[in-house]
Amino acid sequence: MERILTRVNLVFLIVFNCFISVEAATFHVKPDKDNLSIAQAVQKANEGDTILINQGIYLEHEITIDKPLTMIGVNRPVIDGQDKYEILFVKGSQVTIKGITFSNSGTSNYMDLAALKIMNTKDVIIQDCIFENNFFAIFTNNSQNVQYIGNHLISGREKGKASANGIHCWKSNHLIIQDNIIEGHRDGIYLEFVTKSKIENNQSIGNKRYGLHFMFSHDNIFNHNVFSKNGAGVAVMYSKRVEMVHNEFSDNWGRSAYGLLLKEINDSKVDKNLFTKNTIAIFADGANRVLIDSNQFVNNGWSLNINASSADAKITNNNFIGNTFDMATNGNLILKLMAGNYWDKYEGYDLNRDGVGDIPYRPITFYSIIIERNASALMLFRSFFVKLMDKAESLLPNLTPNNIKDDTPSIKRIKL
Amino acid sequence: MKKVIKYIMLDILRNKIVLAYMICLLLFSFGLFMVEDLPEKSLISILTLNLTLVPLVGIIFSTMYIYNSSEFIELLVAQPIKRKTIWFSMFIGLSFALSIAFLIGCGLPILIFSPNTQGLTMIVTGVLLSLIFVSIALFITVYIQDKTKGIGASLLLWLYFTILFDGIVLFVLFQLLEYPLENLIVGLSILNPIDLVRIVSLLKMDISALMGATSAVFRQYFTGSIGYLISYGILLLWIIIPLLLSTRKFIKKDL
Amino acid sequence: MIKIKNINKRFEKLHVLKDINISFEAGNIIALIGPNACGKTTLIKTILGMVIPDSGTIEVMDKSIQNQWLYRDQIGYMPQIGKYPDNMTVGQIIEMVEDIRTKDDKNLDKELYESFKIYDILNKRMNTLSGGTRQKISAYLAFLFNPKILILDEPTAGLDPISSLILREKILKEKENGKLILITSHILSELDDMIDRIAYMEDGKMIFDKTIEEVKSETSETKLWNAIAHIMNQNNN
Repeated sequence: MERILTRVNLVFLIVFNCFISVEAATFHVKPDKDNLSIAQAVQKANEGDTILINQGIYLEHEITIDKPLTMIGVNRPVIDGQDKYEILFVKGSQVTIKGITFSNSGTSNYMDLAALKIMNTKDVIIQDCIFENNFFAIFTNNSQNVQYIGNHLISGREKGKASANGIHCWKSNHLIIQDNIIEGHRDGIYLEFVTKSKIENNQSIGNKRYGLHFMFSHDNIFNHNVFSKNGAGVAVMYSKRVEMVHNEFSDNWGRSAYGLLLKEINDSKVDKNLFTKNTIAIFADGANRVLIDSNQFVNNGWSLNINASSADAKITNNNFIGNTFDMATNGNLILKLMAGNYWDKYEGYDLNRDGVGDIPYRPITFYSIIIERNASALMLFRSFFVKLMDKAESLLPNLTPNNIKDDTPSIKRIKL
Repeated sequence: MKKVIKYIMLDILRNKIVLAYMICLLLFSFGLFMVEDLPEKSLISILTLNLTLVPLVGIIFSTMYIYNSSEFIELLVAQPIKRKTIWFSMFIGLSFALSIAFLIGCGLPILIFSPNTQGLTMIVTGVLLSLIFVSIALFITVYIQDKTKGIGASLLLWLYFTILFDGIVLFVLFQLLEYPLENLIVGLSILNPIDLVRIVSLLKMDISALMGATSAVFRQYFTGSIGYLISYGILLLWIIIPLLLSTRKFIKKDL
Repeated sequence: MIKIKNINKRFEKLHVLKDINISFEAGNIIALIGPNACGKTTLIKTILGMVIPDSGTIEVMDKSIQNQWLYRDQIGYMPQIGKYPDNMTVGQIIEMVEDIRTKDDKNLDKELYESFKIYDILNKRMNTLSGGTRQKISAYLAFLFNPKILILDEPTAGLDPISSLILREKILKEKENGKLILITSHILSELDDMIDRIAYMEDGKMIFDKTIEEVKSETSETKLWNAIAHIMNQNNN
């Protein structure tokens, strides 16, 4: 009898739930005055309702969603912050926002004004939205399980208007940032105290500072992203167990620009990435137990600049092609392993034809050591003298560190 | 003066070395542009050519030519011609021949494959380097009577400008490691036309990003309209000063 | 026509011209003689402005030649050893010198062109020529521009007898035209019946400068060379 009662209860629950979802209301918002404003619609709506925003320009601001809602733009409506205001706050959980253009948020020197703020919540989806000409585009604070999918964030086009970060996340976890395009912001993606998140297939291009910038964010995976033409490349700091796979770091070119800056990074993996035309492809400072495997380094200024504060790196199976300097370091660097890489500057031979060079390759040249010690010596960059000294050093090494060498350099380019 | 230049030019162009030099440059440059897929990389290799072969041929060829022309000069000196005219004609004749060889040998491929400001910088500085080393050769020949010694001196001087000077610079930089060196390196670079040309050319290229703070110092002095005035002005001085000194000596020289 | 006053020249330690004073007048043939390395050629070169004296003045046609060059228009110079660019042909050299020196009024004296048969060697390169042939070209170029002054340094040294004779005739003819002809030589026999004056140099010093009549009458020798030997003995004693 008790069992039947439970069953009935269960059935009742299911039916009731269905009833609620069927009963969920849909609000239509149109840009003309007589109609409902977005803010009014949000206020009127009950949990689980849907708000459809029709095409048009809405001059509304500081709309706050504090309950589960779905807000969908029909034919791309625009909510305009008129360069003064923040536009939308998501404070409730289970909120989905789709197909809306957020433009012209306010700008501030001392406040983090954003087009969209997600605060102290969970289970939010931001999808197919456009963020145009905002200060911060999406600002996330203390939230879980937020998904940013297929958005296009673009800023910095308007002269004199400052721009801040594109996707800015603080103290959050289980985020999914996927298929977004971020251009012209200060940092494309900024993560601080963000853990267990996945950043996948984004393009962060032409941002003023870093394409991706994160700190104190552990156990995250970055894959298949493109970070290109950013002012200072990508900076990854004070984090553990980071996986960076299949990303492309390119054209981060300029003084103190890096393809990838690893600062105080432990137990991480940089795998199968492509680095092209960066001033320094990977700059590692205090990076411990980092695996750099199967990457392509093509036409960079420096491929690797690994400071002696980094211990136990493994550098294996990478291709180094057309780089000005393959490697530099500032002191007594200790690597765990360097093996099986292809170096286009390798001049050794392979008598037994096993595809492995018979003499080791030393990627650190005389001149790269000189300029580490005395930057003024860059005055001699590309001089004939330097070429001669490099040649002499490679024949009779006595300044270059003895232990930094690839004992099994690959004769052929590694297929990746 | 025109007539004298004309005959010197004709005489130099009869010389097979200039032709060989031109073909050599042409093969090198075309080859470099063909092999590399990025024109900028070829330009960097051509820069090396610019900084080594051009001064070498400029100084050695000019020195040898002037020594071998002692009869010619003697013949001209006995004619009613100003000595200054003879000497300037020598300079112009040699400069013209070597510049033409460079313009065809290097300039043409650069214009075809990389017709931009970097290429243009390369062409202009290449011509300037040719002139500078002709001027230095004139200086050597007028002060050193003996042909063997003179050619030896020009070789040494080339070695000095391409290699030794930079070695000394490196030494000095390490001796003064504790001091701020920014102004020093700018000062040092103007003491060697090859270094100056290298730096001015690199500043024009993307590659200058690799030079970091050093590049910024050079940028401050050598780019912008005043910077170009300074850098190219110094290169012109490198032509004018040896030329004038040698002319002064040549006017008083016993033949 | 040429006045040389107090000329001194040192080549490093060597004092090659010691306070030379002499003047030469038009319509004369003057022989400048003396042993090898006595300073004859250097003296000539100072007149041509090829060697710059340390002190003293030289006037050509009453004007100081210091820092001047146009006066060389009035001088034809035949060097001791004709040095010409090796890779040029005779024709090219002649053409070039003509081109450089010719002014609008063309008054060229091409007599030697015919008599030396220079037309036969126009296409020969300078480095294939014998010393004598070079001398012929030098002579031709010296007379070519009808200069008022001719300076001939050892003119007959490498010439064959016939060419020597031709040149001699030419020199005499130009003397008749009122030109000043300055010849250095150490072979006096060829000159003795054509020269008017003798200047004798030794060790950078001008030892004497006399007309031929003076020399002969003073020594009562008929042969010039004997006469000179006589004077030298006198001086040494």
